[in-house]
Amino acid sequence: MSRITGLFALENPAFIGFTVAGDPGIEASLRVAKTMIDAGLDLLEIAVPYSDPVADGPVIERAHARALRAGTTPDDVFALVREVRDYAPALPIVLFTYYNIVYRRGPGRFFAEAAAAGADGVLIVDLPSEESSEVTPYAARHGIDRIALIAPTTSPERQNAILREASGFVYLISLEGVTGERDRLPSGIAGLVGAVREKTDLPLAVGFGISRPEHVGAVAAAGANGVIVGSALVRIIEEHPGDEAGMLESLRTAIGAMRSGLAADPGHDISRRERVEG
Amino acid sequence: MQGDETMKAGRYGVYGGQYVPETLMSALIELEETYGRVREDPEFSRRLDWYLHEYAGRETPLTYCENLSRDLGCRVYLKREDLLHGGAHKLNNTLGQALMAKFMGKRRLIAETGAGQHGVATAIAGAALGLPVEVYMGEVDTRRQALNVFRMELLGARVSPVASGSRTLKDAINAAMRDWVANLRDTHYLLGSCVGPHPFPRIVRDFQSVIGEEARRQVLEREGRLPDTVVACVGGGSNAIGIFYPFTNDDVALVGVEAGGEGLDTPRHGASLCGGSVGVFQGALSYLLQDDDGQALETHSIAAGLDHPSVGPEHAMLKDSGRVRYETVTDAEALAAFRHLSRTEGIIPALESAHAVAYALREAGNLDRDGILIINLSGRGDKDVADVAKLPRGAA
Repeated sequence: MSRITGLFALENPAFIGFTVAGDPGIEASLRVAKTMIDAGLDLLEIAVPYSDPVADGPVIERAHARALRAGTTPDDVFALVREVRDYAPALPIVLFTYYNIVYRRGPGRFFAEAAAAGADGVLIVDLPSEESSEVTPYAARHGIDRIALIAPTTSPERQNAILREASGFVYLISLEGVTGERDRLPSGIAGLVGAVREKTDLPLAVGFGISRPEHVGAVAAAGANGVIVGSALVRIIEEHPGDEAGMLESLRTAIGAMRSGLAADPGHDISRRERVEG
Repeated sequence: MQGDETMKAGRYGVYGGQYVPETLMSALIELEETYGRVREDPEFSRRLDWYLHEYAGRETPLTYCENLSRDLGCRVYLKREDLLHGGAHKLNNTLGQALMAKFMGKRRLIAETGAGQHGVATAIAGAALGLPVEVYMGEVDTRRQALNVFRMELLGARVSPVASGSRTLKDAINAAMRDWVANLRDTHYLLGSCVGPHPFPRIVRDFQSVIGEEARRQVLEREGRLPDTVVACVGGGSNAIGIFYPFTNDDVALVGVEAGGEGLDTPRHGASLCGGSVGVFQGALSYLLQDDDGQALETHSIAAGLDHPSVGPEHAMLKDSGRVRYETVTDAEALAAFRHLSRTEGIIPALESAHAVAYALREAGNLDRDGILIINLSGRGDKDVADVAKLPRGAA
């Protein structure tokens, strides 16, 4: 059983954290990852920094820029994945990347290096299913899950096409927009989770705009198998320039609080199995 | 001449495609469907023709330039897109797309702009068609092109400065795409060049092809034959594809001129076809100025409209097939041509268009006396006069 499958076989929804490799610096980035893991992440998404991250909001865009200014290259990202893998042998790791990074390296080489470093999945944010045949064979060859995205605007026909190729888990985009914190959760999450749930047994993780403990609880209550938090954590890095100890402490506190959102919500223990069978 | 996207929908050879976040796919599919419908709709054609002729001033002249012809030793014509309302070819596309947005029931237009020309053209089309316009513009560009910011605001558009990245055109495109992702249902993203994901390169090319269709008819009327060479500047490449496309099946040499900046042997240029490599950028596979890891590079040109790291995917195909030859012209050569055309013909070209003029000045000796050369004068240079005046004397 893969690490990703193993994680989602557990009853409780997974808490998924996101960080940009090399933010705020190449070595500090490893300490960020270790702190997030120690604070109780169930799955870590590591983004490859890119010059033009169009799917991301301003907070994560600035993190990409910080990482690039620090000189982070894809080689550094794979090195970070290897170190995280050594530190947390059982933790599922998903690489989050824009396609030109993969294209430039060559999809064959990219997926081979991702697998060798210990990544379990790859999510290419700007490679919709129409274009994905360019990478599908390499993902399969190296045993890497291709994490697929479904948006609120995705038509039922496209959902079917996307789900035919998806593996690992499905990333549901909670809202029409880019990544970033929102005061209120979008209203359509339960509907999207329910609609996709009818079509697949793959675990469903929800991301974009989730930044508070009560959001985390509400997404879990909507029937998601995983909750993804990105900008709210990345912002903590941005807000502590030159104060790494304070930054790591704030990350620990924030992750603890958001995890407690998962535990405090009465809906959290409605596992996927129960919902499907019930 | 349609239907040349041979491999699969939205591809030009291997180039093009739809490399966008999933959230955008529904909007691209809707756009493709609507575009297919309006192209066949006689009411759409009738209204677009009205706007192009009665409002924008088409057709534009194909001016025989006696003085320049004497200098160059061949018969030189300028296709006068500088005389189009707004002062550049941009309005061909913005009127077409704004009208299409109305047919789609969209209630708002957004656009990106570098120098401000496309932003102004979108503001004009929005005002004429009664659609509110928001223009994203890099913060650096809002300062460099303060007059165009004022023009856009005068035309009723809202200008939103973009403070991320290099704070120039590519960041303005990123910001516009982010707005579009969040407001798909009521907003049309009026992309200004033949770049980005399918179907934008096709839509922009089709709306700009009016340039080449007119030029081809005009030169046949005037000379009784086709030209030997057609020259246009290439940034994103919309004026060039517009004049080239109707000539692609003819025995006519087509030359695209990219921004050589301070020279291809320096990092300061904007020549993605002549100095770049293949990559995916802002939704399409094309040529790109990028580093070894695939990060887009900062670019440079004296002409803000050519200062961009990528180029439309159809140009990438035309480069590989050899149907179009791509060349570069430096900042200094473009400036010299800017001054030369002003003095010899009384026409101040946009610095972008001056790149095409500069190529002609450099290469026309290779044509014989009866040779016919058409230069696409894609825009007028009033917008550049203040910047050129600030340059040290002798810079050209």
